[in-house]
Amino acid sequence: MANKRIDEPTGTRTVGHEWDGIEELDTPLPRWWLWTFYLTVVFAIGYVIAYPAWPMIDKATQGVLGWTSRGQLAKEMTAADQARATMREQLARTPIERLGEDSELMQQAVAGGAAAFRVNCVQCHGSGAAGSQELGYPNLNDDDWLWGGDLKAIHYTLTHGIRQPGDDETRTSQMPPFAGAFDNAQLDQLVDHVLSLSGKAESSRAGAQLYADNCVACHGASGGGNRELGAPRLNDAIWLRGSSREAIKRQILDPRMGMMPKWEGRLDPVTVKMLAAYVHSLGGGEDFIEVAKDPEVEVDEQP
Amino acid sequence: MSNPDDPKPGGGRDWSVVVEDGVAKTNEPVSSAVAEPEAATRRHEPHEPSREHLPERLYEPRKAVHNKRIDGPFRRFKWLVMLVTLGIYYVTPWLRWDRGPYAPDQAVLVDLANRRFYMFSIEIWPHEFYFVAGLLIMAGIGLFLVTSAVGRAWCGYACPQTVWTDLFQHVDRFVDGDRNARVRLDAAPWTWGKVMRRAFKWSIYLVIGFWTGGAWIMYFADAPTLVHDFWRGEAAPVAYITVAILTLTTVTLGGFMREQVCIYMCPWPRIQTAMLDEKSLIVTYKDWRGEPRGSVKKAQKNPGQFGDCIDCTQCVQVCPTGIDIREGPQIGCITCALCIDACDKVMKDIGRPRGLIDYATLEDCEREAAGGEPKSPLRTLMRPRTIAYFMIWAGIGGALLFALGNRSHTELTVAPDRNPPFMLLSDGSVRNSYTLKLRNMESRPREMEIAVEGLAGGVMWTDTIGRDEASSVQRVTVPADLVRQVRAYVAVPEGAESQQFTFRVTSLDAQRETDTVQTRFDAPEEE
Repeated sequence: MANKRIDEPTGTRTVGHEWDGIEELDTPLPRWWLWTFYLTVVFAIGYVIAYPAWPMIDKATQGVLGWTSRGQLAKEMTAADQARATMREQLARTPIERLGEDSELMQQAVAGGAAAFRVNCVQCHGSGAAGSQELGYPNLNDDDWLWGGDLKAIHYTLTHGIRQPGDDETRTSQMPPFAGAFDNAQLDQLVDHVLSLSGKAESSRAGAQLYADNCVACHGASGGGNRELGAPRLNDAIWLRGSSREAIKRQILDPRMGMMPKWEGRLDPVTVKMLAAYVHSLGGGEDFIEVAKDPEVEVDEQP
Repeated sequence: MSNPDDPKPGGGRDWSVVVEDGVAKTNEPVSSAVAEPEAATRRHEPHEPSREHLPERLYEPRKAVHNKRIDGPFRRFKWLVMLVTLGIYYVTPWLRWDRGPYAPDQAVLVDLANRRFYMFSIEIWPHEFYFVAGLLIMAGIGLFLVTSAVGRAWCGYACPQTVWTDLFQHVDRFVDGDRNARVRLDAAPWTWGKVMRRAFKWSIYLVIGFWTGGAWIMYFADAPTLVHDFWRGEAAPVAYITVAILTLTTVTLGGFMREQVCIYMCPWPRIQTAMLDEKSLIVTYKDWRGEPRGSVKKAQKNPGQFGDCIDCTQCVQVCPTGIDIREGPQIGCITCALCIDACDKVMKDIGRPRGLIDYATLEDCEREAAGGEPKSPLRTLMRPRTIAYFMIWAGIGGALLFALGNRSHTELTVAPDRNPPFMLLSDGSVRNSYTLKLRNMESRPREMEIAVEGLAGGVMWTDTIGRDEASSVQRVTVPADLVRQVRAYVAVPEGAESQQFTFRVTSLDAQRETDTVQTRFDAPEEE
């Protein structure tokens, strides 16, 4: 044991160590420090008893307060839901076509819809809702709508889906496959006519005749499409599955038609409304009132 | 609790347990700070073993400072500063300022909830925080400036700790009487009378503390409303917590800790060691004039053998931090100059010239000690260091004023959508989307015009203005004192190319403030 002694000038005991002639005084800890330390010990013991703390083999000790981070999250989620409850109630009450009249409610619906979109819709339509031409997922930002682009139409599409088996009210239509119906020359003539509708090719009498015989019923004489049937417009610049001759030919011979799940039953009605509001807000949404005023959906405005 | 210093059985015998006789004295009331022998000299006195145990107290307890009442020019100046600073502190939140129906009517308000800072006609938004940063820098450099020019004037007169301590010392004087009465009362046993007196004094402390905290929260909400809510128990919990904390800290720091804050807690005296130089004004005892000390009688008997200091200890008795300035410059001196008042008064009474203790620079001290003439302290104001500090300080101030005068109350920020970057519309035109933020810093709604410039054929519509009304110029109304977010769609007819263009926002009022942002228009690549 080192030689403990009393330090002369201060009268304090030393700890007995010496380094290069420097000795350490054995000064007791300040009282306040000591009490603070004891308090932290007491606090720590209390904490271990009250909260989950001690790791065991499969889980930690439970603590007498029964607190868990999971439980806290659940509590916070409930609180957040309660905070939103008024808005959701109001949304539930408001018919979709009247949603646009309350701009604040609309704003909240759009915000909620954006969140729901990121969870449920981005898988096909992309995070920016731009869709995919290769895979045939429509772009939701543009002003071309197969089934209508006002709030009510979007809401209907979301609710019942497209070509969704098991729902009688689903959006559905069928483009017949024309494989074997035309020879190659006829097919080229038909494609020329389709492209001519948007001014991209010269049509021929034969092509026009083929179109009139096979396509007019759904796509309209000037290619305006038909939203009742989900028949795309052919006279605009937007092509769901590509505007190349190859793509058009393929679509005539062996048409591919998209499907969309119905969200009724998967999402609650309020969320579906919010999604409709969000999709409508993306920039291509159509005004419900105006569309309602003019029930003639086929618009032939091309020259 | 057993003393951890108790010698262990067996081992203790070898040790000669000693105690210095000075330590045992520390419990005694201190009647005069100067009468105590200096601790340093005591230490070297021979130790004699007196007790089995080591001293229970390892730290010297605080000696209560009971400073004596004094009157004089510096004391009166201190009163004035106290009046002005406390006046500003307590009155400011109650000043009203008409800002119209869209903004609070409080002249000085830190509105944390809405992130606005109001100061008379100035309104600071969060993005203009550089104004606050600039003010803080000015405050810092201002401290350097003041310190280099007139020493620790901040400590002595304007520091909140000084002002509140002064206030509490006046409370002491009001309740317990002046120095001698207070010293006696401190030493007296705890009778009912003393208890009542202390309770009364401490409740005044509490009231002052409460008022201090109460005034503080007024800066963060509309004062009359807050007072009303506060007493009805309807104010925000943070208001009560703040008042409680500030009451506690004011009473603790101003009422009980006092000079200990200046000596042990405050970093500023340490920094000032670096800020002061031989040309800075400090409170100095002119030892070449005062030493050796001797009473008036002694000096009369032996002319020429004694200095001017008669060792009356008035300078020590009036000191609010309880130091002896005659020991030279020290960290406990806050240069409040009360000792100058005290000494000047004594010198006048005994018919000697004033200024035995005085404001002086170290340079002056040396010259004066060598027989030179005393110089006016004001001379210390003009020197390169002070001027340099002033130039920096004024430069920042000027820049802030310039920025304040030239700032626009209308601002535009543009965030282009990048997902997707562009959109083909059914008529073949190309559309880009942007999120515009229109900032209206006026406290009234303003109509603004957004224009698309430098984009051939470009038209714009927004989330509230339909595409059927698309045009290169649109008008929107921005609510008072708010940022309005507008989603803008810009379309260019078929065949557009990617290019730069400009959004311009103009306020449609007398100011016609304008702001432009250049951004990008994306279009499909030519195939």
